[in-house]
Amino acid sequence: MRHLLTSSATALALAVTMGTAHAEPEHYNLDTEHSFIQFKISHLGFSWLVGRFNDFEGDFTYDPDEPANSEVDVTVQTRSIDSNHSERDRHLRDDDFLDVSEYPEARFVSTDFERTGEGEYTLNGELTLHGTTRPISIDVSHVGAGEDPWGEYRRGFEGTVTLTRADFGIDYDLGEEAEEVEMYLSVEGIRQD
Amino acid sequence: MALTNTRNGFGLVAILFHWLVAVLAIGLFVSGLWMTGLGYYDPWYNRAPDLHRAFGVVLFILLGLRLVWRLVNPVPRPEPGTHRWERLLAVTVQWGMYLLLFAIIVAGYLLSTVDGRSIDVFGLFQVPSVYRAGDGFEDLAGDVHYWLAMVLAGLVGLHTLGALKHHFIDRNRTLVRIFRPVRRREPRQ
Repeated sequence: MRHLLTSSATALALAVTMGTAHAEPEHYNLDTEHSFIQFKISHLGFSWLVGRFNDFEGDFTYDPDEPANSEVDVTVQTRSIDSNHSERDRHLRDDDFLDVSEYPEARFVSTDFERTGEGEYTLNGELTLHGTTRPISIDVSHVGAGEDPWGEYRRGFEGTVTLTRADFGIDYDLGEEAEEVEMYLSVEGIRQD
Repeated sequence: MALTNTRNGFGLVAILFHWLVAVLAIGLFVSGLWMTGLGYYDPWYNRAPDLHRAFGVVLFILLGLRLVWRLVNPVPRPEPGTHRWERLLAVTVQWGMYLLLFAIIVAGYLLSTVDGRSIDVFGLFQVPSVYRAGDGFEDLAGDVHYWLAMVLAGLVGLHTLGALKHHFIDRNRTLVRIFRPVRRREPRQ
């Protein structure tokens, strides 16, 4: 009897929880103070050159129950490329590379968000870079979420994707080792709803 | 042969200053255009900008010394028959070139140093970075460096045309004076 009661209570609790817990998708704006868009490219096969984009904005929707409903939209100001070397940055902005006066923005818009494991996802979407739009797949891990000490609710992910420069028409010869660029994305959103 | 200027012509020092600055400025102009188009695997890809920066510093020092020399020396009189407008134009162009040279060097220096790096001058000494700037300041500095150099090239063209006009049309000694140092005791004209 006691056992039955407990089970019923559990079932009831579960039913109540499920009834109300079908949460709405959560909307977040990127907190650019805690978000980073970094790249890593081989220097002749001898070492890694690491740089980042300093200026971008974006938002995402995260649906804890139906990850597939999640969406991301991020726009990067290409002029903000920063490789910690002013002359090189100027070169990266000119038409040998990003051609930022012609293509001032790069944009990623998600098409699909698939759960692949516990806190692991594949984020598919269209990346527009250097005037070329191509589908890319970003491997994403959920890092954490919760209330911050100042009353906001935050959620963060990190992701990696390898881009082939020539796919986007950026084919200045830096050697075979440097045909691909590894992107590392660490983003944190502040919940808006 | 005089080292210093007289009212009749330039001394050897002023003449050397003129031609050193001319050769350096033209060399920097040409090397700047050439080196920014070099491929990554070109042997000059790093070497040329290193030399360009170092010679830029040399030109800055040379210009400073030349300016001091100019201020403590008499300025030769214009050749007889020079129109007032010609003189005014010539002097404006000359000071314009000084101003542009300094501005171009400062812009180039900033382009190379706003990230905190110094400029190495032939391994002899370093010119430190004095101004650090965030995103994109090097673009402004680079654009100013480029476009002022183009304006300067125009002024150099005008300066050269003027000199050739004096020589071939006016047939006076204006051009000759910048090649031949004035004699110490020249008969008064």
